[in-house]
Amino acid sequence: MNYSRFIAAGLGVAITTTFVAATVVAGPVEDTLVIDDEIEIITRAPSSEGHPLPEVISGWHYRTDSTRAMEADSFANGGMLGVEQGAALWSTVEGSEGKSCESCHQDAATSMAGVGAIYPKWHEESGRPMNIELRINACRVDNMGAEPYKFDKGGQKPLTAFIKHQSLGEPVKVNLEEGEMQKWWEAGKELYYKRTGQLNLSCASCHELNNGKHIRADHLSQGNVNGFPTYRLKQGNLISLHNRFRGCIRDTRAEFPDAFSDDLMALEVYTTWRGQGLSVETPAVRQ
Amino acid sequence: MIRRLIVGCCAGLALSGIVVADGVAPDAVEIENLAIATPLTSTVGNAEEGKKIFANRKLGNCLACHANSDMADQLFHGEVGPSLDGAGTRWQPEILRTIVVNAKAIFPETVMPGFYSLDVGADVRKDLIGKTILSAQQVEDVVAYLETLK
Repeated sequence: MNYSRFIAAGLGVAITTTFVAATVVAGPVEDTLVIDDEIEIITRAPSSEGHPLPEVISGWHYRTDSTRAMEADSFANGGMLGVEQGAALWSTVEGSEGKSCESCHQDAATSMAGVGAIYPKWHEESGRPMNIELRINACRVDNMGAEPYKFDKGGQKPLTAFIKHQSLGEPVKVNLEEGEMQKWWEAGKELYYKRTGQLNLSCASCHELNNGKHIRADHLSQGNVNGFPTYRLKQGNLISLHNRFRGCIRDTRAEFPDAFSDDLMALEVYTTWRGQGLSVETPAVRQ
Repeated sequence: MIRRLIVGCCAGLALSGIVVADGVAPDAVEIENLAIATPLTSTVGNAEEGKKIFANRKLGNCLACHANSDMADQLFHGEVGPSLDGAGTRWQPEILRTIVVNAKAIFPETVMPGFYSLDVGADVRKDLIGKTILSAQQVEDVVAYLETLK
């Protein structure tokens, strides 16, 4: 039997159906984000040179009216409780040196302004990129004489959120010129397109090829990382970027890398670059 | 039970050559001219079972990506793939079988997982290595259900 004509006929119908469906599909919502009627957030930006998509769009545009409203009001944003915990940790003395973050960095509103927008950045001493979580741990060990935070434990999420929140509204920009950042970017890009697991999906399968569409009730975004740690309504808690990376990879039914491993640091460098130009939204509110 | 297995094996053997107790092994499925002409098992697909597998989030989870008016009672149908309304009219069962077994054999760029294929991604979860998403019989059941979507 010759099946090819059935394929052609079937495809024709399938394409028509998809096209018709696409006209009723809500893509990213047209709206602007101003937090507390004061801080303007860049939620759409021209993409960086070499980016496969023409425009980068914050995940905020893919969420429901009520979720978007929560992020626009810092009293309604559940993630702000974490930021407040982080503020308290900033001034808490820990470790053998009798220091807190504040002992050296004083007022975070001044000393940390803009910092969250330029991480991850190259760290010469360790010969790898460093994110805010690793920066905090290095400070705790080297300067405070304290134990490093374990992944997602202790004050890691709230303190990271607090520090990133000091850059709220600042456009994200990673410096790929420093050290070997370009090499890590390339490794991250490779991972972004690597299909994993029994379900055989890559980051790109959902967030590049199908953003704007729904997987059941979930509206697929571009997967930009400018809002992490993010307040996820599903967990009612701050969720770190590496937790989300691991969750996504796990959902492809694959073994997933350790937090802060070379793989996930490379992926952080690459995905941060993909969202360049968007404002830091930490703590963003998501589904 | 044993007799059924033997009959099943013989039928499978006669049709395709290499079989395991519950059907053709995933790496022995023959795709020819985009079609899998021979059912994967000797037990005819059960559309009612197939409907359950289609909707089950741990099995087919087909609604994650496809809309299906036959399941209008379920909320939130996906949009990543085409609607399956009329799939049974559009596609021959032999083609539907290929699409469910390994859609990439027909649409190389698709993101659709192969439900009875070992052509999978990297770093597969240890307990799933060498295993397929659906069993051969479940594929036959889903194909039988898709055939009813006219």
